[in-house]
Amino acid sequence: MRPKLMEQVEELRGINSVKIKEASEGGKKVVGMYCVFSPQEIALAADAIPVTLCGTKQEPIEEAEKELPRNLCPLIKSSYGFAITDKCPYFYFSDVLLAETTCDGKKKMYELMGKIKPMHIMNLPQTAEGEEALEYWRKEMIRFKSFLEEKFGVEITEEKLRDAIKLANRERKAMKRLHELNAHKPAPLTGMDMMLAQWLKGFNVDKEAGIRLIEELIEEVEKQIEEGKFAFDENAPRVLLTGVPIGSGSEKVLKILEEAGASVVVLENCTGYKSLDVMVDEEKEPMLALAEKYLATPCSCLTPNTARLDLIERLAKEYQVDGVLDLTWQACHTYNIESFTVKNFVKDQLNLPFLQIETDYSESDVGQIKVRVEAFLESFIETAK
Amino acid sequence: MYSIGIDIGSVAGKAVIFDGKEVIGKKILPTGWSPKETGTKILADILKEVRIERNQVKSIVGTGYGRVALPFIEKKVTEITCHGRGAYYLDNSIRTVIDIGGQDSKVIKLNEKGNIVDFLMNDKCAAGTGRFLQVMSNALEIDISELSQIASGAEAENINSMCTVFAESEVISLMAQGAKKEGIAAGLLQSVANRTNGLVSRVGIEDRVFFSGGVSKNSLLKNMLEKKIGVDIYSSDLSQFIGAIGAAVIGFEDE
Repeated sequence: MRPKLMEQVEELRGINSVKIKEASEGGKKVVGMYCVFSPQEIALAADAIPVTLCGTKQEPIEEAEKELPRNLCPLIKSSYGFAITDKCPYFYFSDVLLAETTCDGKKKMYELMGKIKPMHIMNLPQTAEGEEALEYWRKEMIRFKSFLEEKFGVEITEEKLRDAIKLANRERKAMKRLHELNAHKPAPLTGMDMMLAQWLKGFNVDKEAGIRLIEELIEEVEKQIEEGKFAFDENAPRVLLTGVPIGSGSEKVLKILEEAGASVVVLENCTGYKSLDVMVDEEKEPMLALAEKYLATPCSCLTPNTARLDLIERLAKEYQVDGVLDLTWQACHTYNIESFTVKNFVKDQLNLPFLQIETDYSESDVGQIKVRVEAFLESFIETAK
Repeated sequence: MYSIGIDIGSVAGKAVIFDGKEVIGKKILPTGWSPKETGTKILADILKEVRIERNQVKSIVGTGYGRVALPFIEKKVTEITCHGRGAYYLDNSIRTVIDIGGQDSKVIKLNEKGNIVDFLMNDKCAAGTGRFLQVMSNALEIDISELSQIASGAEAENINSMCTVFAESEVISLMAQGAKKEGIAAGLLQSVANRTNGLVSRVGIEDRVFFSGGVSKNSLLKNMLEKKIGVDIYSSDLSQFIGAIGAAVIGFEDE
């Protein structure tokens, strides 16, 4: 049974696009971001609103393809399309943009996007290993801090940073607790609802209100668990979804999985659990603590990325997963190449069924994906016999 | 009691009736424009042919892309699972199934119990499928059933395009340059063999290998594939029915 509060969660979409307008017109600064490598705490400490920008819908891709290659990841095309068509309210109200040198496609697209709005680029190291990488990334944190101080004419004090870190950690902890509810067998929430709640938090203008709503939702779901009300029955195959980020408009494969009877219990991707696993250390010097936290994001753009395998292993056990689906976007080299490593790891080390689906945001291949997903689910029902 | 498996593919609808041990009847019809009508007709036909009443059939399982359109089935199972089960039923030493049908090609890997451990399907286009050969046969103005015979013994022309539309224009320009039909036909089959080998190598080959689907009737292609893959490939008179057989076996085992 769907928790009643999910309706309120869904309403955030409308509420936030109004709130961002009001806030901006009221003189608040807005920092638009795309990625979970973006240290939102620094924007919060500058008394600005950090907000996720649109990039999960098919609609603006056609426009983007006038300037970008067609054979490019849909997330990059959609993000750029939203920017040039000015159809994303969060982009519109952003005073500055923050981007990182993650994958090649994004960093080259950012060169073009940077012509539309003031953009700060943080140079992400190619590896998370070694002291040098961390030190380099810490300096990038400081550089971003100076950028905001200069742009907004504010001073970002250590005290403000510490407060921001605490606030963002509280939000993370709430989202993490929500996600962990699905470790229960059977799962109380559908993967679709979990995706929606996790995705929408990125647009929250009022973080305190967002945290309150999630805490209330957790309470409601915990009650439902006690009452034995679940989203799926006990026999539903439990799937871990890994790979590329998804949001409203790019949830095609998640939807197909659940329509075919799977209970998607873990969203390991960066729009799901990945960014919630590690908190920012509240004791350490803020810039170092932020550098450590964000560099610990097991993204395929880093090399090596063995931490992703460790995370998949841990989550697969905690959530009693029956199979792993790796979703990759077309022309996303880092995730597509890494899929081979993930496949071997899941099959050989975890002894679990594995399926990779490579697709884009369009509906053109829904039929083909359905066959693959249904066969994937049939294969572990057969094995269970 | 009996079970029936119905496989509605993009080109042909196939049905078999199974008594728990043997396939006692089979029927094939062109799918045409209505999978639902084809399914209904093929069910009526097969029951009539083997003189069995509907109430003697305990289960009807549908598979193939048209499975969703069948109103009378007890259960629908994907063609991937059905091809695996069907091939394993025919020969339980089969570990790899290569299926090339009208609109897709797939490679399925089975374990010693006949369960699917891995599979791969072609991308969302007609490259390397029966449809590809159909379109090319039309360009050559021959019937698809003659392809193998015409190509036999000929030196294969090099056909590079994977895309059906581009390959067709490649064929047309080869004809314009005066290339022989025989050589082009051989080149087309070779390109399907190459494409299929690509799929096979990604999944990994394990002996014994079974070749199913409508395209498996093409003996020259089978030889080309064997050469390319480097192991013997088995086929059967029932190759085109393998999905329907798998469906019937699953239906019979279900209680």
